[in-house]
Amino acid sequence: MAECHPVGFQWVMEAKDRGATVIHVDPRFTRTSALADRYVPIRAGTDIAFLGGIVNYILANELDFREYVLAYTNAATIISEDFRDAEDIDGLFSGFKPDRHAYDSTTWQYEGQPTLTAGGADTNNQRATAGPLLHESHGPPLAAGDHRRDETLRDPRCVYQILKRHFARYTPEVVEATCGVSREAFQAVCEAWTRNSGRERTTALVYSVGWTQHSVGVQYIRTGAIIQALLGNMGRPGGGILALRGHASIQGSTDVPTLFNLLPGYLPMPHHALHPTFDAWVGSMSAPDQKGFWASARAYATSLLKAYWGDAATADNDYCYDYLPRMTGDHGTYETALSMIDGTVKGYFLLGQNPAVGSAHGRAQRLGMANLDWLVVRDLFMIESATFWKDGPEVATGEVVPERCATEVFFLPAASHVEKEGTFTQTQRLLQWREKAVEPPGDARSELWFFYHLGRIIRRKLAGSTQARDRAILDLTWDYPESGAESDPSAEAVLKELNGYEVATGKPLSTYVQARDDGSTAVGCWIYTGVYADGVNQAARRKPGSEQSWVALEWGWSWPLNRRILYNRASADPQGRPWSERKAYIRWDDKQGKWIGPDVPDFEPTKHPEYRPPEGATGPAGLAGDDAFIMQADGKAWLYVPSGLIDGPLPTHYEPVESPIRNPLYGQQANPARRAYQRPDNQLNPSPPEAHSDVFPYVLAVGRLTEHHTAGGMSRNLRYLAELQPAMFVEVSPELAAERGLEHLGWAHLVTLRSAIEARVVVTERITPLRVGGRVLHQIWVPYHWGGQGLTRGDSANDLFGIVLDPNVLIQENKVGTCDIRPGRRPTGPALRDYIAEYHRRAGVTPERRSPIVTTDPHRED
Amino acid sequence: MGVRTWLGSWPVYRQLTGSDPLGLGAAAKSARSKELTARTETADSVARSICPYCAVGCGQRVYVKDGQVTQIEGDPDSPISRGRLCPKGAASKNLVTSELRQQKVRYRRPYGTEWEDLDLATAMDMIADRVIAARDATWEDVDSDGRPLHRTLGFASLGGATLDNEENYLIKKLFTALGALQIENQARI
Repeated sequence: MAECHPVGFQWVMEAKDRGATVIHVDPRFTRTSALADRYVPIRAGTDIAFLGGIVNYILANELDFREYVLAYTNAATIISEDFRDAEDIDGLFSGFKPDRHAYDSTTWQYEGQPTLTAGGADTNNQRATAGPLLHESHGPPLAAGDHRRDETLRDPRCVYQILKRHFARYTPEVVEATCGVSREAFQAVCEAWTRNSGRERTTALVYSVGWTQHSVGVQYIRTGAIIQALLGNMGRPGGGILALRGHASIQGSTDVPTLFNLLPGYLPMPHHALHPTFDAWVGSMSAPDQKGFWASARAYATSLLKAYWGDAATADNDYCYDYLPRMTGDHGTYETALSMIDGTVKGYFLLGQNPAVGSAHGRAQRLGMANLDWLVVRDLFMIESATFWKDGPEVATGEVVPERCATEVFFLPAASHVEKEGTFTQTQRLLQWREKAVEPPGDARSELWFFYHLGRIIRRKLAGSTQARDRAILDLTWDYPESGAESDPSAEAVLKELNGYEVATGKPLSTYVQARDDGSTAVGCWIYTGVYADGVNQAARRKPGSEQSWVALEWGWSWPLNRRILYNRASADPQGRPWSERKAYIRWDDKQGKWIGPDVPDFEPTKHPEYRPPEGATGPAGLAGDDAFIMQADGKAWLYVPSGLIDGPLPTHYEPVESPIRNPLYGQQANPARRAYQRPDNQLNPSPPEAHSDVFPYVLAVGRLTEHHTAGGMSRNLRYLAELQPAMFVEVSPELAAERGLEHLGWAHLVTLRSAIEARVVVTERITPLRVGGRVLHQIWVPYHWGGQGLTRGDSANDLFGIVLDPNVLIQENKVGTCDIRPGRRPTGPALRDYIAEYHRRAGVTPERRSPIVTTDPHRED
Repeated sequence: MGVRTWLGSWPVYRQLTGSDPLGLGAAAKSARSKELTARTETADSVARSICPYCAVGCGQRVYVKDGQVTQIEGDPDSPISRGRLCPKGAASKNLVTSELRQQKVRYRRPYGTEWEDLDLATAMDMIADRVIAARDATWEDVDSDGRPLHRTLGFASLGGATLDNEENYLIKKLFTALGALQIENQARI
C-alpha cells in the first residue's frame, strides 16, 4: 500500500500513531513492510491456506463475535443434505462434472432452495460469461420464504459447523508447510486480528491485485470476507475489506462498465440461450417475490433501455430489449486476443490501455494485433501497442515483418485529465468531478469527443438504412449538447443521464427507489442515481475536509446514495444500539423514529429495528429491521455461498496453476474449475503431478513500483519518474544469487515456456527464501512496468506469463507463476525462439500437450 | 552596505538569531529567492482536479497561465489526500506538458514501414467506415436455433479504467447499439 497507494497509506500511519497494529503479508519486503509492526513473508499463491488457518483459529477457539454472527450472517442457515465438502472428495466439491471441469451447484444450496442463479445450476455458462461479476452490487437471487436456521449453531448441516469442519485441517503446521510462514508469526497474526475485533474494536483488511490476479482470486477475497464477517468487522467504522484499485476510475469502469458481460449498474448482458426474452432476462436478476432492494431489478432494467432508446423503447416492444447483442460464451479480453490470432476479429480499439505490456502473454497480444485488419490506438504517448509492427519484440525475432504485416494503425492523440471535464470513481466508490483547466493540444481529443462524433458519423452514414440491424444504432438517443470550437459534447448532460430522470419532465431523480418499470423513467446507471439530485452536480462538491465531519459527506458523492460505509446498519446491534460507544456509527433514535449517525444510513431510514415482515412480504418490505445486508436476498452476510460462485461455496487451498510443489492438502492440485485455454501457443509450465516441473524451479511474483504506473505509458515517458526508476530489474535473495551465480547489478534472464526476458539483478534480503514442504523454495520478484518505448526501456514481465483465468471473473493469474533464472542476457533475434523451443523440449512439452486439470479421482470419496 | 545588512545577508547568522533555527525557511532565503513569486500566485485560473494515476483519488489544483498549465499541486481541501501527492501525482504536470506527448494523428497503412500524417476528420471518417464494414462482414442475426444474437464479434475494444464515467457510458452505449460485445477494460485484468 505504501508502494502503490502512498497517499492512502497516510491513514494507516495515522492509525498507527493512535496505537493501531499494522501487519503486512507479502512475498517481498516493501516500503509497506518497513513501516509495519510486523512483516510476514509468504509464498505467493498460498493466501487461502494462510487465511483459512485464521478461520480455523477463530472457530476452534470460538473467538467469533457471536451476537453479530447470529444476527447478521448466514452461520445458522441449514445447507442441503446432499452437499459434500472438498475435504470429502480430495479437493472437489459435490457436483463436479469432469468432462467440462465445471460444477452443478444444485447440492450447494440452502436446504429446500431451488437454484436460481442466472444460467441455472450448471456453472459452465456462468464461467464463460463471468457471471459472478454481477454480484459486485448485490447478492445472487434466492427464492422467497424463510430458510431453516439453527440458532444454537449445533446442527451439523448449519453453515457454522460446515465451516468448522472444512477449515479444521488448516492448522498452524499446515500453514507453515504450505505458506512457509513460521508458527510463531502465524500465531501472532491470529492473536492480533482476533484481539482487535469485537464490540470495542475493529480491524480493516486491505488488498489489491495481489489478490485478484490469481486462478483463485475471488476465493482469496471470500476467505478474507469470512474472517471479517466472523469477527464482526463489516459495516463498522475502522473495519471492512478495502480493495485498493490501481487506476483512477477502474471502479467507475466496472460500475459503468466497459466489460463484455455487464450493462451499467451490474445488470447482465443478455445470453442467447438463457435470456431469449425480456422477461427471462429480468427474471434472471431477481427471483419472483424476492426480499431486498434487488427485487426492483425490473425497474432498473427498463429504465436503462429507456435511457438508451428513448421514445423508441415502449412496453409493446419490451423497451427494445431485442436491440441488445447476445452473449454465447466467453467474449473477454483474453478470448478476444486469441481470436485475433485465429483471424476472426478484424478491428480493435485501445483506449488508454497498453496490452502489449500490461496483459498476460505479451507475445500473444502482439501477434494478435499483427493479425488485425485495423487498430485504433488512443493515448497520450506512443505506446508499445501502437508500434508492435515497427519495433516490437516479434520484429526482432522475425515473427512480425513490417512489409508483410497488414494491420492498418490509426494513432489518435488523447486529451489528458486536465483537458476535459468529467467524473472518476475512486476506490471507495466516491465520484469526484474534475474541472477542465485547458484545451487539449493539436489533434488531442477526449474519449467523450471521439465516441460522440464517431457515433454521429456512423449514424449519418447509416441514415435511411432499411436493414433491421441498423435500427438499434439509428434509434439510439445520441443528442448531447455541444459547445466550443471543437464541438465538445457536454459531460454534465451525460452525468445527468447516468443519474436518471423522469421521461415526461426531464426532472432528475434523487434516488433509485424512484426508478419505474413502466417506461416513465430513464436511468443510465441506477446505482449512480442521486449524483445529480435536484439538478445539482453532487460529484463536484468541494467543501474542505477541515470544515466538515470526519466522514466528509459533502466532498464528492459516493454510490449508493452517498453512503460512505456500506452495510453500516451492522454498526449497531440488532436492537439498533451501537455495539460500543467507542465504535458508534449508525444508531436507531426512538424519539425521532429514524436511523441517525455521521453517515447516510445504509438501511430504510425509518424502519424500526424490531420490524418483522408480514408473511409473504417481498422487496424491501421483506427485510426485517435487523437484516443489515440489504442487497443480499436473505439480508445476511454470506459465510457460505450457496450460489453465484463457480469454483465452490467455500474457499479451499489450491496451488497456483504453475507451482513447483504438489498441493499439500489434496490430490486436486489447482483450481479444477479454472478457465483454461489449452492451445499450442499458450502452454503453461508443467506443475506436479505432471513431470518436469523442475525445469522451472522458482516461484515468480510480480508487482509495481511507486514511481511507475501499470504498463508504463503514463510514467516511462515522464522525465522525473524515468530518472527515479531508470531500469527494469529483478530482485533475488543472496541465497538464490549464490545458487545461480547471479551478480548484483549484473544481468540475468528469466525463462518460461512463453518467452525469456532480461533484467538487471538486485541481490537483496527483501526476498526471503522460504521453507516449504520440507525444502527451501526461492521466490523471484520483478516489476511489470517496462516495454520497448519511452525514456526508460526494458523487457516486459508479462511476456513471461501464459493465460489462465479465475473462473468467476475471468481475470488472469499473473501474480504468480514459475520460471527459471540464468545469469547473463537472453539470446536476441531468432535465437530467442530457439532458446524457448529448447525449454519446451526439456519440459517434455509438445504442441499437442494438454496440462491435466483434474488431478484426483472425481469418483473417490474419502 | 551597513554591517547589519551585511551580517543579515549571511544565512548562518539569520539561522542562529532568527525564528528559523533549522534553516529551512526564511533563514535560507537569498536575495534572488526573495524576489521570486510562486507560479501558483500568478496563475490566471485554478481548476479543481483529481490525480489520474491510482484509485485513491487525491485532489489536485491545476494552475493555468496564458492557456498553459504552469503547476499541478495537491489540494489541501481534499479529505482524502489533505494536499499530498505521491511521486507520480507530483510529476503529473510533466504528464500533461511533456514534449513527448503526441499531438498529431499518426497513420500506418497496411504493410507500411513508417508512420504517415493524417487529418483528424479524415481519420474519423475512415474509422467509421471500417467499423461499419467489419460489422457488415461479421454480423450475426440469429443462432443455429433461430434465437436472436443481434451482434458482431468483428471488432473489439480495450480500455476505460483511466477514463471518465461519462466516457465509459458513451463507449458502452455506442458499441452496444452497434451490436459489439467484446468491450473490455483493465477491470478484467
